[in-house]
Amino acid sequence: MDWLTIFGNTASSLISPATLGYALAAIGLAVHFGFAGLLNMGIAAYMAIGAYGYAISILTFGLPWWAGVLIAMACSVLFSLVLGIPTLRLRGDYLAIVTIAAAEIVRLLFLSTTFDEYTGSADGLSGYHASFRESNPLPEGTYGFGPWEYTANGWWVRIVGILLVALALLIVWAIMRSPWGRVLRGIREDEDAVRSLGKNVFSYKMQALILGGVFGSLGGIVYALPSSVNPGVYVTSLTFFVWTALLLGGAATIFGPVLGAVLYWVVQTLLSNILPALVTAGILPFMSTSQAQTLRFILVGVALMLLVIFRPQGILGNKKELTFVK
Amino acid sequence: MSSDAATPAATSAPVPRQKSTGLHKGDIRPGVEKVDPIVIADGVTRTFGGLTAVDVDHLEIPRNAITALIGPNGAGKTTLFNLLTGFDKPDKGSWTFEGRSLSGIPAFKVSQRGQVRTFQLTKSLGLLTVLENMKLGAKHQRGESFWAGLFPFLWRKQEEEFEAKALELLARFKLDTKKDDFAASLSGGQRKLLEMARALMSDPTLVMLDEPMAGVNPALTQSLLEHILDLKDQGMTVLFVEHDMHMVRHIADWVVVMAEGKVVAEGPPDSVMKDPAVIDAYLGAHQDVDLGVVTGRIAGEVPSEAAEALAADIEQEQAADAAAFENRKAGE
Ligand SMILES: Nc1ncnc2c1ncn2[C@@H]1O[C@H](COP(=O)(O)OP(=O)(O)OP(=O)(O)O)[C@@H](O)[C@H]1O
Ligand SMILES: [Mg+2]
Repeated sequence: MDWLTIFGNTASSLISPATLGYALAAIGLAVHFGFAGLLNMGIAAYMAIGAYGYAISILTFGLPWWAGVLIAMACSVLFSLVLGIPTLRLRGDYLAIVTIAAAEIVRLLFLSTTFDEYTGSADGLSGYHASFRESNPLPEGTYGFGPWEYTANGWWVRIVGILLVALALLIVWAIMRSPWGRVLRGIREDEDAVRSLGKNVFSYKMQALILGGVFGSLGGIVYALPSSVNPGVYVTSLTFFVWTALLLGGAATIFGPVLGAVLYWVVQTLLSNILPALVTAGILPFMSTSQAQTLRFILVGVALMLLVIFRPQGILGNKKELTFVK
Repeated sequence: MSSDAATPAATSAPVPRQKSTGLHKGDIRPGVEKVDPIVIADGVTRTFGGLTAVDVDHLEIPRNAITALIGPNGAGKTTLFNLLTGFDKPDKGSWTFEGRSLSGIPAFKVSQRGQVRTFQLTKSLGLLTVLENMKLGAKHQRGESFWAGLFPFLWRKQEEEFEAKALELLARFKLDTKKDDFAASLSGGQRKLLEMARALMSDPTLVMLDEPMAGVNPALTQSLLEHILDLKDQGMTVLFVEHDMHMVRHIADWVVVMAEGKVVAEGPPDSVMKDPAVIDAYLGAHQDVDLGVVTGRIAGEVPSEAAEALAADIEQEQAADAAAFENRKAGE
């Protein structure tokens, strides 16, 4: 077994674009669920809107990459409004059902051949990197050390991703300690109480949906930034993976989503490298290498169940809060 | 009542205050006009399926007075509260608050206009600390808009003012030692207190309390009654639902009695409680006055001796209150 490669890949996943994309999406979900109590089961749709919004702006409309980012964010705001106006008055669990359905609708719209010209339907989109790479301030070459050695473009993606994660963290940290965040957390606990204190609950929930949605769309962009937009990514299981990352780190915490996303990808990468290697080495004789790949998702599912049962507040969550979980 | 005055009150003697009188115009009857009404409701009905929970023809709540809303379980008191505060929509009817129509106005706007309520089933915000609960109650917070919230220098000063005010209120309600605890860790009675204190953070004009004293211990009830009386002194109007006849008699200037959704009687507490219909429908003929517990209800005629006993009791209590009031006046 090639331990060096296994650990190299695992270490590399610490700052991979996928990890950063998940971290952003999980931060968005933390705003939705952890702070506002909105059970959004459609975070994959926000990521899809981010990725497609970005790629289509560049490929179809020939805009520079930063304009693509802005347009993707605007699209996510629009999606929040469309999703939120009819549903935010619903009770929490109904919202979950509606968001999961809305996410499927979004995915199928992107997949449908009707808009093939813009979305590439089943093929997805690629080849939108020129503008982003042009703006790379790093000179050509390879940088870094050990497992973290990437090309200039590889670094540029990671730098942008890390900056976006940092910015999102800063915003969430700042806003959640403000009176605005207090109202939001109040709504999570009891909407009617907050209403009786004169706060426009619907407006706050909408603002939270928009804020978290923007982070979700940025997550989708970062995820798609280095390679391509693949419609197979934005399936319901993506939503569950992001939820796993969120719950792992702690839903109502600032750094939890990032820690959760990193852990999720580190473990995923480790398993996806180590399980086939174990099979090849004859240590897991009862399965094939492709079965080993499936096994890691089973293990992730088991881990999520154990987590929710034994540490529902997540790794960074406050244990004191747990005493009062209804 | 007499026992009450003797026991826990040793520390904070309840000083009876002069009741507001002359609140109504003309003969006292259900729906009587008030000299200076703050809330006027007309033809408000609310049905749940076949059940008419509220059917109020006309009701006026007097300004700067303490009005008690009493009535048997299921009389529609809470439903009326919900309607007046925009938490529920009536089948028909209209009502005004300070001369402006409130029908169809959402709950949060009702509260912003100064009509703030508490809930019968307490709604404390469990995973917010007691102090955060309090600060949430304050109105016109700059930091509650998203963009301003990002920049603490815009709201920090105001926040400090709210904090000072919150601490003062918490001290009054004996919750100051709990300020950094999660509200979920409070006892049931403490949550009632917190909810009431939180409602006061917004300096309301009309405070609507749904069973504020349920589950609050007698000594604290005494001091809370004082606070409610203080609210009146500060110019607020109080409307409260309460089953404790003690409290009603002690602080209410006006009593409205509901039964089966209708206002069946109203008037100053002493006269309303002598009303045979009220005794029959609500108080119970053999009411143990001192405990404020309805012990039984006899169908048909109210036995006159029971009513007389009650009336005598009320008079005795009133005399005691009046004497104490005179004493205090003399002392000043
Ligand atoms: N949401 C609802 N759906 C159906 N019926 C309701 C609803 N809310 C109240 N009711 C009915 O309306 C009637 C009045 O209820 P309400 O809660 O107003 O009584 P109340 O006077 O506050 O009683 P209590 O003193 O026990 O608090 C009751 O018969 C109740 O069953
Ligand atoms: Mg009630």
